[in-house]
Amino acid sequence: MLRFLGTRLARALLTLVLVVTFAFVVLRLSGDPALLIMSADAPPEAIAAFRRAWGLDDPLWVQYLRYFGAILHGDLGQSMRDGRGAIELVAERVPATLALTLPALLIKIGLGIPAGVYAALHRNSWIDRGVMFLAVAGFTVPSFVLGLLLVLLFAVQLGWLPSGGQESWRHAVLPVITLGMGGAAVLARFTRSAMLEVLGQPYMRTALAKGVPWHVAVRRHALPNAAIPTVTIVGFMVGSLLAGAVVVESVFSWPGVGRLLVVAVSNRDLAVVQCILLLVAATMVTANLVVDLLYGVLDPRLRISAGRT
Amino acid sequence: MAGAALVEIRDLAVAFDRTPALRGVSLSIGKGESLGLVGESGCGKSVTWLAALGLLPGKARVTGSVRLAGQEILHAPPATLDRVRGGRVAMIFQDPASSLNPVHRIGRQVTEALQLHRGLSGAAAREEARRLLDQVGMPDARRRLDAYPHELSGGQNQRVMIAIALAGQPELLVADEPTTALDVTIQAQILTLLAEIRRDTGMALVLISHDLGVIAETCERVCVMYAGRIVEETRTERLFAAPSHPYAQGLMAALPPIHGPRRPLAAIPGSVPEPWAMPPGCAFAPRCPRHVAACDAAPPPLVAVTPGHCAACIRPGAVSARAPLSPELLPA
Repeated sequence: MLRFLGTRLARALLTLVLVVTFAFVVLRLSGDPALLIMSADAPPEAIAAFRRAWGLDDPLWVQYLRYFGAILHGDLGQSMRDGRGAIELVAERVPATLALTLPALLIKIGLGIPAGVYAALHRNSWIDRGVMFLAVAGFTVPSFVLGLLLVLLFAVQLGWLPSGGQESWRHAVLPVITLGMGGAAVLARFTRSAMLEVLGQPYMRTALAKGVPWHVAVRRHALPNAAIPTVTIVGFMVGSLLAGAVVVESVFSWPGVGRLLVVAVSNRDLAVVQCILLLVAATMVTANLVVDLLYGVLDPRLRISAGRT
Repeated sequence: MAGAALVEIRDLAVAFDRTPALRGVSLSIGKGESLGLVGESGCGKSVTWLAALGLLPGKARVTGSVRLAGQEILHAPPATLDRVRGGRVAMIFQDPASSLNPVHRIGRQVTEALQLHRGLSGAAAREEARRLLDQVGMPDARRRLDAYPHELSGGQNQRVMIAIALAGQPELLVADEPTTALDVTIQAQILTLLAEIRRDTGMALVLISHDLGVIAETCERVCVMYAGRIVEETRTERLFAAPSHPYAQGLMAALPPIHGPRRPLAAIPGSVPEPWAMPPGCAFAPRCPRHVAACDAAPPPLVAVTPGHCAACIRPGAVSARAPLSPELLPA
């Protein structure tokens, strides 16, 4: 068990290092922050001074090592825009994003999993077809389209809810629904196919052949098996709690991490972008780690092969 | 024997999406009897029993009658069927590894049946589960209760399946190809185990197999199935000595003789007709060496050729099989 945990942790750390490196290289290659922030017609001395101040005139590998060393000391740098700490800037946006993504996650799980299970149990019925139609629709319609449709209907036509901003809980309703519906659709489809796969397994026939009533067999024999693949998707959704709302935050002008990322990228505000990427990667990696551990709980075959004997 | 029949199946027919899979099967099995069902893949031997116990998926259309000790169980209410399944009639399957639930411990899968059919729970159920595992020859039974199916071998998993089946103290065990997925040595052990259990408990046994050797070793009576029908039914030694239906004769001719000179094995020419393109008459007619025009009129009924020996053929052959019966294949 400890060795299993050790390998997983090492792999998680490696992933983080790769993300940090990748972000560093791509951002440095994709444009000169000095030119962008100072504007191209600033006096060359000013630009040179800016470069010196931020260490941009050093060779790339020196910048990389310095950057990496700083991260190890918990220093993610300052915003080139307003000089405040990148961590501080990002951290003050996190609650706003979670205020959207956590309720949306509840909708995804609370709606998607039961819908998928129900559709699988009533395969080919009109309910199954209805659920799957909605799921395909929710799956294929991009969130900005769904978001705009909801705004048109509930904000512009009916005037029930505000179309953007963050003043009250009512402002959160439309973005939360937009986020939740898409995810619920994905989860419903996935849960349905996982359930169908499990319902066709020989051990389900065995359960019925030994006299287990159908609904008990579904609960006791099918659901625990179908949970194994479903947990993967839920884990992915948990992992994208911070980064999953970029588009929706932009559509509803919600001041969360996603919007900060968009602004920071277009400004080449390196420290802020890198800080967000690191945070997102860390959430994703942590979620994956938890999923891996959950696999061990849910599936004894993995538990044994990884741990004892 | 008809009066003492434990299970009586009449005109059982099954269709999947209007394609017939079983085309009118009638058979009965007495208390404590052992009956073999033999035929090639897709002939309907498994479907017969899955349909009888209501284990086919909802899209299957099942008609006919299945009586258990006189009581109709086909299309019976779920609660009735749940008591029959695993209680009075238990069933085990071909692939023991995937027939057990991978996420539950062996002990739990056995005690589940004990709880359902004998009302045992807790320590009493666990103790009885251990006794059952002992009975089916599981080494180190107490420890195995906490094992998961993937930690056991195929043969051990099949023993667990048999233990689960025995949990409800059934009057009939339907074993659907119980040894097909196992090594030959394990196969023999499982067959011996089934025979022992039958001797000890007086339970009836239906053994479904495509392997004539397995049937010969275990069963007193045998039904040969072809394309969704029973084409011959008789005592096992009689089938080997004097098969009557040309298909059964073909099967016997395809067995290698253990004694005497080596000879080329005879294959039956042609192949089984597709279920959606059945000939109007006898389904075996297109491959039959004794085929005459009358064979194509209607499917021939199963009639007695001699007392206790039925064949569904309008020209039942007294032709002796080309393969002389090997004594090794007969039940001891």
